[in-house]
Amino acid sequence: MHTAALDHLTLAAFIVVGALFVPVAVLASNLLAPSKPSAKKAASYECGVEPVGPPWVQFRIGYYVYALLFVVFDIETVFLYPWAVAFNAMGVFVLVEMLLFIAILALGLAYAWKEGALTWR
Amino acid sequence: MSPLAVSVLKVLACLGLMLANGVVMIWMLRKVLGHLHLRYGPLEMGPSGILQTTMDVLKLLTKEDVMPGAADKALFWLAPLAVFVPSLAAYAALPFSSTLRATSLDTGLLYTFAALSFVPLGILMAGWASGNKWSLLGGMRAAGQQIAYEVPLLLSVLPIVMLTGTTDLGRLVEAQSGVWAGFLPRWFIFDPLLWPTFLVFVVAALIESNQTPFDMSEAESELVAGFATEYSAMKFGLLFLSEFSNHFIISALAVTLFFGGWLLPWVPEGVSASLAPVTFILKTYVGIFVMMWIRGTFPRVRIDTLMELGWKRLIPISLALVVVMGIVIKAMPALARVVG
Repeated sequence: MHTAALDHLTLAAFIVVGALFVPVAVLASNLLAPSKPSAKKAASYECGVEPVGPPWVQFRIGYYVYALLFVVFDIETVFLYPWAVAFNAMGVFVLVEMLLFIAILALGLAYAWKEGALTWR
Repeated sequence: MSPLAVSVLKVLACLGLMLANGVVMIWMLRKVLGHLHLRYGPLEMGPSGILQTTMDVLKLLTKEDVMPGAADKALFWLAPLAVFVPSLAAYAALPFSSTLRATSLDTGLLYTFAALSFVPLGILMAGWASGNKWSLLGGMRAAGQQIAYEVPLLLSVLPIVMLTGTTDLGRLVEAQSGVWAGFLPRWFIFDPLLWPTFLVFVVAALIESNQTPFDMSEAESELVAGFATEYSAMKFGLLFLSEFSNHFIISALAVTLFFGGWLLPWVPEGVSASLAPVTFILKTYVGIFVMMWIRGTFPRVRIDTLMELGWKRLIPISLALVVVMGIVIKAMPALARVVG
């Protein structure tokens, strides 16, 4: 079998074995352990106080802004990897191109910074 | 043997290593933290308490698995799976020696980062599904900090990729073989050009692995146990096994990228080659020890300072490092090659 194909088979095996191990381990523990459910036991743990209100509380909007910024920068980083691998093999123009790319991104980051999107409030 | 059997055996070997790592690292954490606090740590079970975690595993196995009434049942079950599977899969590309590795991916570095980046998803899932305010806060914080630091983590290793022109973890180690100036191993950590890179990598890696002083997602003094508050028995065990295993992966990446991987300097080639997996794992455990040392030494930082450090300092710095490395390689190739 070709090495790359074998590698992909192994990666698939990682996912399948991992996905099987979790239910097997949990079920084994469920077989061995006692089970006496009660309403008090199933209550949400809030340090002994009766829970007030729904557990899914509103959280700050800042998380969404960070998530949006993350998508932009993560994709940019993925673009940079193939560039870095090929960097030595190519001339100065790849450096100039990437400088332009990074400059545009830095502008975007500076704008987000100026708008206060990076500040945790 | 059929290719499928070989693949499954490789996975089982990695699974065994992962479980052994969990048992050893949790015992080691207690011992190291204990001695840092001028305590003894575990003592009773076996010599120096070495069997303590084994007993803990047995305890977790026989504990009642409580399903919280407010939980989203399906997601509550899925979350340990979503944390465990990528954590196991991250072992696939680690080079224990030039031949001993589950896969020889050309994109090993990216693959390992990709596997690790699934972890916040599972933690967010656990936090959301628990139906508990502590869990939700812990899960949100974990996701927030891990996505904030994934970008600097990925960017920080780019200079090394630019120097070597590969993301194959095995070839990254081979690029560090030999000695410089007669005695200094050509590990990337001894390359002054890469010192800022290493600093950014260390900070981002510690945060990515939810290590104290950046363990905002658990912060037991504020959030009880964060995303794991409602978990018990084996599901809890699996969540924590994955977390410890991720510390191993992060440390192994640091060893591969900066500390010469399986290479042992100043000894004959044959000795270095035959000891390769031992060297690799020992180096990784030294890295883990340093992480525990940091954990026992520094106070926890605040979430706002943490987020601003990532977005306002580390990302611009790591972008600048990429630019500087690019200019050095193109304009002063001699300087880049002296050490790189």
